[in-house]
Amino acid sequence: MSTTVEPATAGTAEPISIHGQAVRRGDRIFRGVSLFAGITILVIIGAIGIFLIWRAIPSLQANTANFFTTSAWFPDQTPNPVFGIAALTFGTLFTAAIAMVLGVPVGIGIALFIAQYADRRLASTLGFVTDLLAAVPSIIFGMWGLSFLTPHMEGLGQWLNDYLGFIPIFRNDLNQYSKSILIAGVVLAIMVLPTISALSREVLTQVPRSTIEASLALGATRWEMVRQAMFPFARPGMISAAMLGLGRALGETIAVALILSASNVINWHITEPGGNTFAANIALKWNEAGPIGLSALIASGLVLFAITLVVNTIARGIIARHAEFRESS
Amino acid sequence: MAKRIDIANLDAYYGTFKAVGDVSLSIEPKSVTAFIGPSGCGKSTVLRTINRMHEVIPRAYVTGQVLLDGEDIYGPDIDPVNVRRTIGMVFQRPNPFPTMSISENVVAGLTLDGKKRSKAELDSIVERSLRQANLWEEVKERLDRPGGGLSGGQQQRLCIARAIAVQPQILLMDEPCSALDPISTLAIEDLIEQLKADYTIVIVTHNMQQAARVSETTAFFNLPGVGQPGRLVEIAPTERIFSNPTQEATEDYISGRFG
Repeated sequence: MSTTVEPATAGTAEPISIHGQAVRRGDRIFRGVSLFAGITILVIIGAIGIFLIWRAIPSLQANTANFFTTSAWFPDQTPNPVFGIAALTFGTLFTAAIAMVLGVPVGIGIALFIAQYADRRLASTLGFVTDLLAAVPSIIFGMWGLSFLTPHMEGLGQWLNDYLGFIPIFRNDLNQYSKSILIAGVVLAIMVLPTISALSREVLTQVPRSTIEASLALGATRWEMVRQAMFPFARPGMISAAMLGLGRALGETIAVALILSASNVINWHITEPGGNTFAANIALKWNEAGPIGLSALIASGLVLFAITLVVNTIARGIIARHAEFRESS
Repeated sequence: MAKRIDIANLDAYYGTFKAVGDVSLSIEPKSVTAFIGPSGCGKSTVLRTINRMHEVIPRAYVTGQVLLDGEDIYGPDIDPVNVRRTIGMVFQRPNPFPTMSISENVVAGLTLDGKKRSKAELDSIVERSLRQANLWEEVKERLDRPGGGLSGGQQQRLCIARAIAVQPQILLMDEPCSALDPISTLAIEDLIEQLKADYTIVIVTHNMQQAARVSETTAFFNLPGVGQPGRLVEIAPTERIFSNPTQEATEDYISGRFG
């Protein structure tokens, strides 16, 4: 090579040296930032747990009743505070269960319709509308549930009592059908619908075209293909979707506080008024609570925190069990 | 059980676009027929009309006839689901069901017809199908492991086992080796040689040597011009297509002058 060809090499970079530091600065910074973010999450969760335990202890020590089996809620009663989470646990789990029973099949049905059956225009409109529903603040659902759904659910409550009254939970001895656990559960079901259907749609549309065609080519009908090729593939995602919905249903506060007539009782007759949940109880009692009252509410918050952690852990477990068959693909 | 295929005046459309036009050809039972031609010439489309998989794409449809032993599968009282149950298909990329084990993959087609089968019966079908697909010795120790854990070539033979487990009358293969290495390709080609004793096989391939090795009859498809529908140029015994084609376009293609 001669030096006369300089114009041709002008503007080209210097030859890259193979010497240098193994880890570049950008990598190190990025690593540090992501490590910090990861640790922060753990610290925050830990801090919340410690805060809840710390602030709950005074009331738990002062409580003269069994915290887990008592339904009554009189923490500021002197000299002997009496309170427990039995009715709250019942109300929270029961409303959330109703929301799941009604919301999961409908939510997955919507997702399936959008992903598989609707034509493209209808699918995108429907997808947009369900996403919109997810953005509606819960106070709106609460007001709607209270002023519209409550009067319109009376007929259903009556019908359940008349025709299915032989099943204890549908019997209504009070002939009053408003402010019930059932209505709260229905409103929660509507609130979790968009979460469940949006996430399920996401995973259902990710099922590879080749897997769908494999099933169709074997002579599967549309529904058989959905069961053979789509549901197994999308199952972990659909479980996550349901669990996220459950998380929302367990923690929903204001809509339930508006709809339920807050009474700390365990009432298996779900169409009768009454019942309470952790979140609604905290919201309704916080302002009028004394020192022990606040501590008692925090103790109930700690239980709700634990329940959601357990629910999520179970969900993770279910998803992990199916992971082997997905990752190998 | 192997059936004869007669295609008459077939046009296949995707919406308003005519992908392939005026195809007429006959395929003998228990023979291997290769469809060759440049990309976009409609050979895969024609293959997919034979088991009515063409129409699973939204707004895709065909006109004309496809006769299996004289019966038009596009007739008014034909259920496409039943057509697909009697015709096996192997795709370009191996597509075992990722959530199923090896043995579940093999019997996936059998679980669709609603008949109850005993465990022993299913086990024997799994073994028979995997043996026919030359895969049994490699997987017999791990039938309950995910099908997706196999190598590409093994996955494709698993897909062939799945297709033949229902004992179809016809086996359609859409570029079955294009995602495989040469050793796996050879294994599949050997398998095709054995399978033609029982099945009518139609194979789409980009690989002309493969067509020459495995098929008795070759159909050459071509694209007359951009935006025009693909055409069947000629169909003849493979030997003649590769040694003495009657059409100039065929000669150009097989000699590598285009495509």
